This record gives sequence, structure tokens and C-alpha cells, in this order.
Amino acid sequence: MAPVLITSPHAHSARSTAGMMLKVLLATVPGILVLTYFFGFGTLVNILWACVVALTCESLALALRRRPLLFYLGDYSALVTATLIGIALPPYSSWWLIAIGTGSAILLAKHLYGGLGYNPFNPAMVGYVILLISFPVQMTSWALPQGPEELPGLIEALKACFAPAHYDGTTMATPLDLLKQNNSLPVDELWVENQQFGRWAGLGWEWVNIAFLGGGLWLLWQRVFTWHAPVTMLVALALMASLFYDGGSAASGGSPLFHLLSGATMLGAFFIVTDPVTSAVSLRGRLVYGTLIGVLIYVIRVWGNYPDAMAFAVLIMNFAAPFIDHFTQPRTYGHRDKPENR
Amino acid sequence: MRTVFRFHGGIHPSENKQQSLQTPIEFAGIPPELVIPLSQHVGAPASSVVAIGERVLKGQMIAESTGYISLPLHAPTSGTITAIEDRTIPHPSGYKAPCLIIATDGEDEWQTTRCEPNYQDLTPAELVQLLRDAGVAGMGGAGFPTAVKLSINPDVHIETLVINGTECEPYITADDALMRERGAQIIEGARILSYIINPARTLIGVEDNKPEGIASLRYAARDTGIDIVAVPTRYPSGGEKQLIEILTNKQVPSGGLPADIGVMCQNLGTTVAIHDAVIKGRPLISRITTVTGRSLDQPQNFEVLLGTPLRFLLSRAGYQGSTNNKLIIGGPMMGFTVPNADVPVVKTCNCLLAPTENELPSPPPAKACIRCGQCAEVCPASLLPQQLFWFAQGNEHEKLERHNLFDCIECGSCSWVCPSHIPLVQYYRAAKADIVLHRENHLKSEHARGRFEFRQARIAREVHEKQTRREARRQAALAHNNDSGSITSPSTDPVQAAIARAKARKAGQQKPRSEPESS
Ligand code: SF4
Ligand code: SF4
Repeated sequence: MAPVLITSPHAHSARSTAGMMLKVLLATVPGILVLTYFFGFGTLVNILWACVVALTCESLALALRRRPLLFYLGDYSALVTATLIGIALPPYSSWWLIAIGTGSAILLAKHLYGGLGYNPFNPAMVGYVILLISFPVQMTSWALPQGPEELPGLIEALKACFAPAHYDGTTMATPLDLLKQNNSLPVDELWVENQQFGRWAGLGWEWVNIAFLGGGLWLLWQRVFTWHAPVTMLVALALMASLFYDGGSAASGGSPLFHLLSGATMLGAFFIVTDPVTSAVSLRGRLVYGTLIGVLIYVIRVWGNYPDAMAFAVLIMNFAAPFIDHFTQPRTYGHRDKPENR
Repeated sequence: MRTVFRFHGGIHPSENKQQSLQTPIEFAGIPPELVIPLSQHVGAPASSVVAIGERVLKGQMIAESTGYISLPLHAPTSGTITAIEDRTIPHPSGYKAPCLIIATDGEDEWQTTRCEPNYQDLTPAELVQLLRDAGVAGMGGAGFPTAVKLSINPDVHIETLVINGTECEPYITADDALMRERGAQIIEGARILSYIINPARTLIGVEDNKPEGIASLRYAARDTGIDIVAVPTRYPSGGEKQLIEILTNKQVPSGGLPADIGVMCQNLGTTVAIHDAVIKGRPLISRITTVTGRSLDQPQNFEVLLGTPLRFLLSRAGYQGSTNNKLIIGGPMMGFTVPNADVPVVKTCNCLLAPTENELPSPPPAKACIRCGQCAEVCPASLLPQQLFWFAQGNEHEKLERHNLFDCIECGSCSWVCPSHIPLVQYYRAAKADIVLHRENHLKSEHARGRFEFRQARIAREVHEKQTRREARRQAALAHNNDSGSITSPSTDPVQAAIARAKARKAGQQKPRSEPESS
């Protein structure tokens, strides 16, 4: 026996950061499958290529910063970022678009700030916004939701990514775009006019959102994060939508259900808002954080210049998170005042 | 049913208590050599009163108390003093300190001692002195002298006496075993305590994962008015502050004492020591220690003579050294590792844990803090551990203090839950030590004895000094105003004096209260 001197505690819960990241990755699978079902292999190719780029950039950054490679790659955070970017980008994006987005996420938004845990902004969202501002055309054209028979196959998808000049896909405005650009038709006529609409929201989109909701609920059940931020975000978004929904006039902002099941709502609520590093830490803080993101999403979607608002709303609140934390500090046991009041 | 309240946070580590509860408490036996550290309590170390080569009897005082916050030591069995030398003592720092070494003779011959089965004939002050002479210290935590704890400021009235039988640490079952087997002694000890401090109510808090213990205590406590309160099992419900919150819904003010909110907390094991000292005339020379872990064939509870080397205990429990990775004194959450098995059992050793590597694996290297906030969710002190970690890394002492680092009870919940395996508590300990070092440079030598002990001792000393000053002032005033000087106390013991004053005051208080009735 060679006893070692370590200080307490000597016991540890079975949870690990890497385990949590793996669960997050696993929970994206249903959403990715539904995306693939409706929009073809584009998203899968996006994700795979983004993962390759992310791991390369991560290794490069770690090597430059002289950190042990495998140990840090083993937290899987780069893969989570890459997967989220791959999902958020339009399917059949070109390789360079994905590479720029992922590269800036990992190198600029993460390692420039000191790596995992030190980044104030969500890397995937930073990458996304950089692309959205620099390449608005490529970023706002989305593939047509179709049945599996008419969709481009895997070869086509690879071609779209790596030989974009030889790919000619059909793209269309997303339902959120349509609703935003519309100012003449009442909502139900808009619905009839455009094949992109489904039962409650966009065709395909509603199922994509339901699938991400499912994955998110599983993560909640696995206690990877708490309910506070995602639930308040969804509730705030739904409340805003009901408050400003006039029953479907041409100026209508869309029904609460439409907003809940459109665009990146569920992906954002359960996979982006819940990013621990960049969100508020305390439970009360997360209530505020989630609520404000929900409100911002609606405001930007309906009155802003961008059809989907997840990335902007999250980045703005990332910025506010330290302040929220400051003002929601708990009162320490045996104290009358909170720390900041003394 | 008494309502119980919630404290913030808490965790549910695997309990691992059943393995040591399969057999009743067993006497561990007399080892050939006992190693008695002169410092087994908070405060000044005792000073040896025996010579090398001298024969000592069981129960004989072998070292005397050296101050107000200090305690004497007694020979746990008969034998010969063979050395007074530095040995490794059970302490987180693993340092060496003076110890009395007794070569036992196997006779176990008692010295005649004084017992007081009719303790009500004694004044509380006399009982406190008896406990002091018997070397009774807190058996659960740091080993604070019980007599000092009982000598509270006479202005303070203790409303609630809390006996802490929660035993929330995983693995440890010493108190559970006591409850099952010595319920009557626990209750008798609690009654002695309540005779001394005269609280309005006496509560014994026990975690509800010990139904047998609770039943046994309830049976023993029938018709005594002592309330056995089952509290939900959640670590660290046994933290003094947490248990007080659970039972009274009040928080001990930061930097203060439970007495500030009319509460006194005593450990359950201490009540048995009190019973033994008063009723049986047996000074504190043995204790119950849980010896457990998967490196042992027969984990169980032993009655252990103080000074028994761990090696002796381990062999009694079927130790498989090849599978063991560390020896822990205390539980897995707050215990500390010791460098070797020659370290002796002292008054505060409630558990000896010999786990296998699989059972309590060494922590993997820490990953980055992902600010998940789980540490803050479980912190019973409602601190922000991730924030403190941040400040501790940057040596930002002022911020650490402003974020109440010193309210951290080092329970380890935050480290336990952290998915990035960051040894948070280690950072806090180091930071606290640093700050104390900066703040109190002249107390450097005290530092190794631990910050907690240091603080407790300081608070008690201040209370004591205040009393002495007040007494001196009053004496002076009396001498000035009243030449008859009827209250001049010849007692030199400040504790006695304090208690005598308390009694006098109580008697004085009763008078106005009875006036309306008589009018
Ligand atoms: S539990 Fe660990 S990783 Fe999570 S916030 Fe606390 S210190 Fe950071
Ligand atoms: S060790 Fe300190 S900071 Fe950590 S949970 Fe316990 S009291 Fe809170």
C-alpha cells in the first residue's frame, strides 16, 4: 500500500463534462434525422464537414497554446459547436462557408478568449452571425422541403458542399421569411399560396422543432441542464406572440404556435440558450436570461431586419449575462444582505 | 410531528452505511502500545504530568489542561509510559506532534474515579468542571472542549438544545450504532446537558435513513420530553448550521455562534461521553469508531481505546492492504487522508475508511469550469463556488472575502458535483489559509492547526474575556458602592464564576416575574 494524501472530498458524483457534452450530441440526433428527412443529406454533410474543421482548428489552437491535445479534445465541446453550426447553416452550404463559420467559432469566439469556459459568447452563434453578416445571400436561402424521393441524394449533397459550382439546387425563402416579407395577404391566404407552410408552421419545420423539443426534454430529464432558461424563453416567446397576434391579418406577427415551431426556436431553447458557459449561472439569473431571450427573439423576428433572431438574441444576452449574475446573487447563509450590497 | 425546514442545496452521495452495521459494536481490544497525542482537541495542547517509566492506571490523568480552552488526558488502560516524543498525529497536514507512549500491560487496571449518578445534587457549574476534568470534547467535529461550549455568556438564554445525530456523512455509522445499542445512555447524557443549560426544549435530529436508531431513541426518550426529529436524508444536514436551520428555520449569523439565536448544538457521541463521565465516572478514554471500506473483510463499529494505532484496528477488521489506495480518517466527504497506519485514534476519529481504488477512485485531472452552476445549486451556504474558484485562482483576496469565502463550511458538495472534477474545496482551503496568514501574521504557528479550530477558539476566548472584564467591572463597582461585598466570589475559575452569576441572575429574574402573582 502506498497511501496518497489528497484532500476531501474523496467521493465524486458520476457526472462529467465530457459525458454531458456527449449527451447533448446524442440529443441532437432526432432533430438531425428529421432535417434530413425533409431537406435531404445537406445538413448531415454540413455537420460532418463542420466537425472536421472544428477538430482541426481546435487541435491547431491547442497546439499553439501548448495544451495537451487529447485531454482537451476529449471534452467534446468542439464537436458540439460544430454540430450546432452544421444544423444552423442552410443545407447544401459550400465548404468554404462552413469552414469560415466553424473556424471563426473555434478560433475567434473560443480560443482567443482562452478556450472552453472563458468564452463570453456562444461560439456557434458567433460563427453563425459572422456568416450572416458577410454572406447574407448564401445564409438565407434554404432548401425546399420535399419528400425523400425528390430530394438530392448523398452524392449530390457532397457535390453541393465541395464542388458548389457544379451544384444547382432549388432554394426558397423560409416560412419565417415569407411571413416577414408579407404585408398584403391575411395569414390564412398566405398559407394557401405558399407550399412551404405546413399544418401549424413551416412544412417540415414543425417536425424539426418537435424533434429538437424531444431531444431537449430528454436532456432535461437527464439533468444536463435545468428547466429555467429554456422554459422561460419559450414562455416569453409564446406570450409575446399571443400579445401581438391579431388573429391573422396581413400585418400579423404569426401565431404563438407558429413561433414556437418555426426556425431555430426549439434548437435554440434547448441547445443554445442552455449553453452553460455563456448563460447566466444562478437559477434566478437563468429565469431572467431565458425570458429576455424569448422577448428579443420575437422583437427581432417581427420588427427587426433578420427573419430568424436566435443568434442575435442569444449574443445580446450573452453580453448581459454577467450583469444578470451580478444582480441575482444569492444571499449567503447567515447574512442579511447579498454580497453586492455590502 | 415537528415540522422540519429546508436548507439550501445539498447532495445525495451513495450512503454505504449498511456494510458496517452487520454486527454490534465490539471492543477492539488492548493494543500493545498506545500513542496519545497531547493535542486531541481545539485549543492549547495538554501538558504531560507523568514521567517516562512511570506506571499508570486506567482512567488516571496523564496530562493536564493548560488553559481555559484546553483539556486533560487520561490513560486509556493500565501500563507504563515508555516515551514522550513526536509522532505523526491524525491531522490533515500530516504533521508530527508530541505524544505520550504507553506500553500496555493487559491488566486494564482502573484507578478509582468519582462518579455522580445523582448529578442533580451538583450545580451546573460543578458538572461543567467535572466534564472538563474528564476531558470531554466534541466527538463529531473538531473536538472543541465541551466544558467551554457549555460556558456560554450568561446573558444568553439557550432556547433549544440540539443533539446532532444526523450522521450525514456516507460510510460512518458510529452514531447509528450508539443509537441502536445505547439509546438510554444518549438520552441520559442529553438530560444531563439540559440540566446544565436549562433549555426550553431538547431536540435530537436524526436523518431518516436510520429508522432503527430513531425507534430506539424514541423508546428511550419516552416521558422525558426530548423530541427525536427525523430529518430528510440529504448531505450535509449534519452541518451544525444546516441542522439548526432544519430544526428551527433560523440561520446562525455569519461569524456568530448558535447561541446568538438561542441554540446550542452538541454531538450525539458527546452525550454518551457525558453520560459515561458523570454517571460512570469514566473519563473520555475510548470512543466508537466505524472501520469500513472495501479493503476490509469485516467492516464494523469498534469501541476503541484512544491512542490505538490504526494498524491494530485495520487488522481487527480483516484488512486487505493490497487493494487499499488510501486511508481516510472521517468520511469520504470531509475526511482527510493519513500518511500511514501508525497514526493513532484520537477523540475526534469517528471513522476509519480504507477504500479500494474502484470504490473511491482518485479524481481525474480537472477540466475547465463550464459555469454550469451545479456547484451553486448544491452549496448549503448559498455561496457561488464557481465565482469563488475564479477569484481564488486569481488570488483576489478582497473579492473572496466580499463573496463570503469564510462562510464556506468545506462540506465538499461543490467538488462532489462538479462535472469538470475541479477540486474546488482545495482552492478554498488554500485561499482561506492564505488570507488568514496575511491577516494574522503573528499567529503563524496556529495556522497549521487549522482555520476552523482557530476561529472557534478565538470566539470562545473573546466571550471569556468579555465575561472576565465584565466581572472585574462589577466587582470594582461593588467594592465601590457596597462595602459589605456579599457577592465577592472566591472562585478563581471563571467558568464557575460565570455560571454562578447566571444562576444569580436567573434567581433575580424570577423575582419580578412572581411579583404580579403575589400582588
Ligand atoms: S460545478 Fe464545476 S464546472 Fe460547474 S460551474 Fe461549478 S465549478 Fe464550474
Ligand atoms: S465546500 Fe463550501 S462552497 Fe463548496 S458547497 Fe460546501 S459550503 Fe459551499
